[in-house]
Amino acid sequence: MQANYEFLDAVTSDLCFVARADTLEGLFAAAADALVSLMVADPERVRELEEQPLILEEPDLELLMLGFLNELVYLRDADQLLLRPKQLRIHREGSPRLEARLVGERFLPQRHQIATEVKAATAHGLRVAEGAGGWEARVTLDV
Amino acid sequence: MAAPPGLRPIGPATYELGADYRPGMRVPVRVFAGENLLAEMDEQVFVQAANVATLPGIVEASFCMPDAHWGYGFPIGGVAAVAVETGVISPGGIGFDINCGMRLLSTNLTWGKLKPRLPGLMDALAARVPAGVGSRSDVRISRDEFREVLVSGAVWAVRNGYGTGEDLEHTESGGCFTDADPERVSERAVERGFRQIGTLGSGNHYLEVQLLRPEGVHDAELARAFGLDIPEQVVVMFHCGSRGFGHQVATEYLQSFLRAMPKQFGLPIVDRELACAPFDSDQGQDYFAAMCCAANMAFANRQVILHRIREVFSDVFRRASEELEIRTVYDVSHNTAKIERHLVDGAERRLLVHRKGATRAFPPGHPELPAAYRGTGQPVIIGGSMETGSYLLVGVDGGKSSFFSTAHGSGRRMSRSRARKLVHGAELRDRMEKRGIAVRAASLRGLAEEAGLAYKDVEEVAEAAEVAGLSRRVARLVPVGNVKG
Repeated sequence: MQANYEFLDAVTSDLCFVARADTLEGLFAAAADALVSLMVADPERVRELEEQPLILEEPDLELLMLGFLNELVYLRDADQLLLRPKQLRIHREGSPRLEARLVGERFLPQRHQIATEVKAATAHGLRVAEGAGGWEARVTLDV
Repeated sequence: MAAPPGLRPIGPATYELGADYRPGMRVPVRVFAGENLLAEMDEQVFVQAANVATLPGIVEASFCMPDAHWGYGFPIGGVAAVAVETGVISPGGIGFDINCGMRLLSTNLTWGKLKPRLPGLMDALAARVPAGVGSRSDVRISRDEFREVLVSGAVWAVRNGYGTGEDLEHTESGGCFTDADPERVSERAVERGFRQIGTLGSGNHYLEVQLLRPEGVHDAELARAFGLDIPEQVVVMFHCGSRGFGHQVATEYLQSFLRAMPKQFGLPIVDRELACAPFDSDQGQDYFAAMCCAANMAFANRQVILHRIREVFSDVFRRASEELEIRTVYDVSHNTAKIERHLVDGAERRLLVHRKGATRAFPPGHPELPAAYRGTGQPVIIGGSMETGSYLLVGVDGGKSSFFSTAHGSGRRMSRSRARKLVHGAELRDRMEKRGIAVRAASLRGLAEEAGLAYKDVEEVAEAAEVAGLSRRVARLVPVGNVKG
């Protein structure tokens, strides 16, 4: 199965997406793709000009997903950076720990078409689970 | 009808769902709505309001305002008061956009004077009030000065030349929540917000030029008391909050509460978005102090935007803004938690009142109202959809049944993605222009999401709020120009 995502009509005031992937790492990357597809109308035009490391540790996978997406929201709003994970590892011994190299570029109004302002990834209905078909995450964004 | 079978009418436009609806409820759910609004409410509104009813320390009821709709954690349009001694504070009961609110300005201009200059005015407003995703301000301040903003709110703005003392008097809490403590705010939150004072943002945030049509006046005497007494009078309404700063404060505390709830606080998690901390705990007090900082950022933000509006009107009409009598009618929040005194079972109690997508609406005579409005009651501003219109209401004695809270807007009836499927942004802009509403949108996609069909009928919301006794209609205001974030 390819990493992918789709937006649902599930929440009246906000935006909700489901991401799917074969692996947990692929799932986090798919969720990041979903988020970036909202932030900028033409995500394929985001070049790999900037990079920075990210390390996160949370009590469970759902809080790890929440922290991961909110880090991307923060970088977009505070530093104008549109970043996605290039290399991503999740260690699941003990508290889940994410190590990633984020790559992308600074938002340029002349190059990127702005889309939706994401205030935050929320914990509402948040789910990260492995099923027979692979990994699936459901995330609601406050926009 | 999506409403659950146990919902029963208990008064005019008032319904109750007993505390036995779901396990763990400490109080009933009380919904204020007309029949149509009730039928339109998502089923999840009732589930979420019932979840809110399980919060420790909640008093009287978990309330849903007439514009309530499904959000995350609390419904949007949700009100919950908790005892300060035994209750909890919940970021989800306030919203990510802390102190998102409305400001209404009156002018002495009429439609006849505005009409020929409307396109130029709208261009200038769109240029001077940064809107859209990640919009940044031309107010250049250091991170240290930003921390002064967090302490002083709109008072900082007026001290620095952005407005007048009267603006502060006509702002909820004088434009400053006094319990703010910047030490309780992270560097990251400061970094995210310090360049955003004076910006509108995006989503459902907007700046509208509106008209008071004679047929829109519901109570001429009150309208006059609020400075609205000229036929075809031009007014300005805008809607925005604490921008990325408030979002970051809410995000960080919500995540820290989620980590602490089961182990440290011993609190069960009904819905993760209802993460909370005992108000009387260090974490609860820290969040409250940080939330007040974000509220102050929002007050300062709206005060600076008001100043920019005065500058633009002055430039376009080539007259001093004082001559145009651009005055703040009122600035009121709809995403906060505040310590207030209310009567519960005949005894006065100190309560922490969460209002998420709900407006405080104090009645005539309330000691917290400024002298100008002590006799009238507090102005309440309800923003409608950009295609329809908005309302000015006033607080009334009957509001005691909801801890003096009322609606805040039309309330969404359709998701953003569904609205985008049904409406094309450019077509909507053209349609609005043909109907005489000048549109300046930072994003056509964002414009489509805010189409009138995505919202409940503001007439029904304002009427239900009046029938339920929460507030009274003063005037309806219709848009002629919209800057959309």
